[in-house]
Amino acid sequence: MLEVRGLNAWYDESHVLHGMDFEVREGECVTLLGRNGAGKSTTLKSIMGLIQKRTGSVRFRGAELIAARPDIVGRAGIGFCPEDRGIFAGLSVSENLMLPPVVAPGGMSVADIHALFPNLAERAKSPGTKLSGGEQQMLAIARILRTGAKLLLLDEPTEGLAPVIVQQIGEMILEIKRRGFTVLLVEQNFRFASKLADRHYLVEHGQVVDMIPNHELAARAEGLHRRLGI
Amino acid sequence: MMMILGKPAPLLFGQLLLGIINGSFYAMLSLGLAIIFGLLNVINFAHGALFMVGAFVTWGLLHYLGIGFWPALIIAPLMVGAFGLLIERTLIRFTYKLDILYGLLLTFGLALVLEGIFTNGFGSSGVSYGGPNILSGTLNLGFMYLPVYRAFVVFAAIVICFGVWFTIEKTSLGALLRAATENPALVQSFGVNVPRLISLTFAGGVALAGLAGVLAAPLYSVNPGMGTSLINTVFAVVVIGGMGSIGGAILTGFGLGIIQGFTEVFYPAASSVVVFAVMAVVLLARPAGLFGRVA
Repeated sequence: MLEVRGLNAWYDESHVLHGMDFEVREGECVTLLGRNGAGKSTTLKSIMGLIQKRTGSVRFRGAELIAARPDIVGRAGIGFCPEDRGIFAGLSVSENLMLPPVVAPGGMSVADIHALFPNLAERAKSPGTKLSGGEQQMLAIARILRTGAKLLLLDEPTEGLAPVIVQQIGEMILEIKRRGFTVLLVEQNFRFASKLADRHYLVEHGQVVDMIPNHELAARAEGLHRRLGI
Repeated sequence: MMMILGKPAPLLFGQLLLGIINGSFYAMLSLGLAIIFGLLNVINFAHGALFMVGAFVTWGLLHYLGIGFWPALIIAPLMVGAFGLLIERTLIRFTYKLDILYGLLLTFGLALVLEGIFTNGFGSSGVSYGGPNILSGTLNLGFMYLPVYRAFVVFAAIVICFGVWFTIEKTSLGALLRAATENPALVQSFGVNVPRLISLTFAGGVALAGLAGVLAAPLYSVNPGMGTSLINTVFAVVVIGGMGSIGGAILTGFGLGIIQGFTEVFYPAASSVVVFAVMAVVLLARPAGLFGRVA
């Protein structure tokens, strides 16, 4: 579904991604694991076209997106949930939810979304940023489920959240996967990732250094902890 | 004669009406400025000149083509909006990635160029425009005489302001604009063509200035400097109301017009500076403006 080859990216003059290679197959949940600053978030932003200077190849359902503007990438059917969650303070919860335009048929209905996230229905009229951190994270994921985008890029959805909320978000992602969405997840939370993902790519210094199927993860945990500090 | 606070009532109400009329224009113009500043981060100094162009287009439609006031109410804003689209695409968009001063200087230059062109063509005293017959005449309200056209301008301004406020605050298009004001990159990643949204917002904002120009044509002398004299006050209104606050721009526009009208009655010498005095006081107490959101 998504094939990334030789992806390089730069912030101004600093070269951050040095030839990322990985792929995500339809229906999978795949993580990018790595230390802070390894280039995981930059990889998601580069796929979305949000990093100006980038080279290599990003193919989504066969179409080359390396030179595409962010709106073209969004229209192609990739939903993005940024690290800072990107909830709009000037918009109510329901306006935040309804903001992203529908890009393809087959997105979840608002009723389905409210069934999955009852808090968002209760607090529809509050300003988006008045929600708790966990609720904001759910809103940020919920609003890209509506649009018909089938590949979701989630950037550290558990960052800064209490364990019980992290568990809820994990269940949500499993539910999303059951409903046929494909997920590319950036994570530092090793245990969280191991409960959701089919495969893990290890990212170091802007490169993929290893790929680990989830069933091998436990056996290799010791070495990974040392190597990645995660 | 009836006296209120030691002043003749007709004088007081007359100035109040004048204040509300001026306030109508402050409100309509500051709305466009606030919308443009919110999304483009450009302080559009050409706004007054585009208001002037709207008035001249109204006059030109009648003078050259025999097209009257009512069609002009639609045609002139469209023409000014189209012109806005042209200057946004060819000039202003190059300033988005630069310091805010560049946009200000560019639009300031545009204002001078437009004024120069119209002064060349029509002289600095300009032309006069009659206005629609159906709105001529005055109403006797008992305590004062109310020219029908002035009542119409106030009514139209209230409708326009409410329409813009409603569009921005209550519709999905407005939500898109508010979101793009906060985080354009994220909105674009959702599949929204943000550069196009920005162009159309600029066009819409200056079309509002054009519309105000149509309403002003029968009221004031249509001359190349008519925008400049108004726009200084309008900038003060935007600053007092709080940059980027739509409701604030409307309320402040009308409010300051009224304050100015009353100052004209009680202490005429201060009427031209009262707005700036209010601005100084407000900025001392609330640096983000009366309705501004502190970032």
